[in-house]
Amino acid sequence: MSFIQPRYAAAAPRAAEEAAPIVIVGGGLVGLTAALDLAQHGLRSVVLDDDDTVSVGSRAICFAKRTLEIYGRLGLGARFLEKGITWNQGRVFHRDREAYSFNLLPEEGHEYPAFVNLQQYYAEAWLVDACAATGLVDLRWRNAVTAIDGTRLSINTPAGDYTLHADWILACDGARSFIRRALHLPFEGQVFRDRFLIADVRMQAPFPTERWFWFDPPFHPGQSVLLHKQPDDVWRIDFQLGWDADPEAEKDPARVRARVAAMLGDTPFELDWVSIYTFRCRRMESFRHGRVFFLGDAAHQVSPFGARGGNGGVQDADNLCWKLAAVLRGQAPESLLDSYDAERIPAADENILNSTRSTDFITPKNDAARAYRDAVLELSAQHEFARPLVNSGRLSRPYNGYGTPAPDAPVLRDGAPDWLLRHLGRDFCVLSRGDAAATMLRTVTLGSDVEDHSGLAAARYDLAPGQAVLIRPDQHIAARFRATDAAAIRAAHTQALAP
Amino acid sequence: MIPDPDAFYAALMDAHRDLSPEDSRKLDTKLVLILANHIGDMRVLLDAIALAKPAPRA
Ligand SMILES: Cc1cc2nc3c(=O)[nH]c(=O)nc-3n(C[C@H](O)[C@H](O)[C@H](O)COP(=O)(O)OP(=O)(O)OC[C@H]3O[C@@H](n4cnc5c(N)ncnc54)[C@H](O)[C@@H]3O)c2cc1C
Repeated sequence: MSFIQPRYAAAAPRAAEEAAPIVIVGGGLVGLTAALDLAQHGLRSVVLDDDDTVSVGSRAICFAKRTLEIYGRLGLGARFLEKGITWNQGRVFHRDREAYSFNLLPEEGHEYPAFVNLQQYYAEAWLVDACAATGLVDLRWRNAVTAIDGTRLSINTPAGDYTLHADWILACDGARSFIRRALHLPFEGQVFRDRFLIADVRMQAPFPTERWFWFDPPFHPGQSVLLHKQPDDVWRIDFQLGWDADPEAEKDPARVRARVAAMLGDTPFELDWVSIYTFRCRRMESFRHGRVFFLGDAAHQVSPFGARGGNGGVQDADNLCWKLAAVLRGQAPESLLDSYDAERIPAADENILNSTRSTDFITPKNDAARAYRDAVLELSAQHEFARPLVNSGRLSRPYNGYGTPAPDAPVLRDGAPDWLLRHLGRDFCVLSRGDAAATMLRTVTLGSDVEDHSGLAAARYDLAPGQAVLIRPDQHIAARFRATDAAAIRAAHTQALAP
Repeated sequence: MIPDPDAFYAALMDAHRDLSPEDSRKLDTKLVLILANHIGDMRVLLDAIALAKPAPRA
C-alpha cells in the first residue's frame, strides 16, 4: 500500500471583502491541528493554504508521546497507533559496533508509546478529514496570503483576489512564513555548516523497529547515518554529507542508489523520495504580536535530530487554542493570551538547546570538537561513563515549565480496561482521589468515575486519599490540593485563567 | 557519572570555540593537569593514562 496524494479543490472568493473571527494562515501540520482544536472548543475558523494538498514528500516522521496524547484528545490517537510504527528504543553505533542504546519509555501503563513513526502526509490528511467533519473549519485551498495590514489579509486564489478581515490571526505558514517576513519580524539563530541527504526507500527489510544511528559506519565512512522505519514498507535514511557536498550532484538517483546499496547490501529497494537539507535552529523574539500569533515552524525552527519541530509546533497549538477559546467566550481576560508567549518561548528554547547540542555533536565545528566527539565514541565501547555523552539526538520530550503534562495511567471504567487521559475532557477538570468538594468544574474521581485498580494513577499524580489536582484544558497540571477544598480549587481556576 | 552530560559537553565545546589549534591544545592540557590535581591519587591517574592511550597497532 502507499499513500495517494489528495488534491483538494481550490476555494474561490465568495465576496471581495469578507470577515472572520479567527483566520489560520497555513494548513500544514500545525495550522490544521489548531483548527481542529479550536473546533473542539466550539470555535469556527477559516484556514488559508496556498497549496492544494498535504505535505509533499518526506518530512516529519517521529510523533512523540505528548503529541500522540494531544491527538488522542482531538480524537485521532487510535489512527496514529493503528497505522504508525511504534518504537521506544534507540541504538547508536560507532564504526561496526554498538556504542549506546536508550529506551525512551521504560515503564508500562501508558496508552501511547514514546514514539510512533508516520509520514507527515498521513497525519495532515487525517486532520483535513477531521476538520471537515466538525463543520466548523472553513478550509480554503489555493488561497495564498499576499499582504497583511493590521489584521486585514489580501488573498490570491486562481479565481481572483479578495480581502479577509480577521479578529485574530494564527500564522502557521511554516519556516519561510510570509506573515513573519511581511511584518519585518526577525528570525535569528544559527545555520549548521553541513548537508544531509534524506532518502525514503521502499523495501522489505529485517531491521527491528528501533531508531538506529551510526557514526562513521563502514558503508559511509567519516559521516553519520540515521535509519527509521515508516509505514507502507518505507524506510527513512539520512546520510550526512558534509558542507562541501554538491547538493545537485548528490540528488542524482544513481548516486543515491549507490549510497543506499552500500548500506543495505543485497536487499532490493526502490527510491521513494530524495531531498537535501542544511539545518538551522532559530526563533522569533516573541510569538505574539497583538492579534497575530505565530505557531510551529513560523515561530521557531530546529534541526530534525530529536524530532522536535513538528512535535513542538503541535504543542504550540495545544497551548494557545484553549486560551483563545476562553478569551472569546468571555471567561478569561485577554492577558491570558500573553501566557502563550511566556510558556511557549522557554519550550522553544529547550527544543533549540537540545537540537543544537545534538547537531554540534554530529557536525563538529572545529578540530577540537571532532577530537572530543571521536574520543567519546571510542571510549563508549568500554566505558559506561562515556555513553551518556554520545549525542545522536535528544528526542522530543514535553516541556515541564508550565505544569507537568497530565500523566496517563491504566484504569477500569465499568469494569472494562480504559485509560485515564481519555476521561480528562477538553475543559478544566478536577482529578481527585475519593470524593471532592463540589465546584463548578467537572470532577473525575478515582474510585468512582474510574477505578484506579493498579494504583498507578494515584502514584503518578502523587494523590493521597482526599487530595486533588486541577488540570488545564491542555491537560497540564495547574495546581495541587492537599484537601479538596472548593474555595482553593476555585481560586486556582481563576488564577489559571488570569495569570 | 557526570550529572548533566550534555551541559558539561556543551561547556567544553564553548571553551574551545574560536580557539586556534595551539590554544585548544593548551586548554586541554591545562584541563588534564587541573583535573589530575583534583583526583590526586596516583593509581587512578595511571589507570586513566592507560585507558586513554591508543591501542597498539596490530
Ligand atoms: C527532513 C525533515 C525531517 C523532519 N522530521 C521530523 C520529525 O521526525 N518529527 C517532527 O516533529 N518534526 C520533524 N520535522 C519538522 C516538521 O516537518 C515541521 O516542524 C512541521 O512541518 C512544521 O509544521 P508547520 O505547520 O508549522 O509548517 P509547514 O508544515 O511548513 O506548513 C506551512 C503551511 O503553510 C502554507 N503556507 C505558506 N505560506 C503561505 C501563504 N502565504 N498563504 C497561505 N498558506 C501558506 C504552506 O503551503 C504549508 O501548508 C522534520 C523536518 C524535515 C525537513
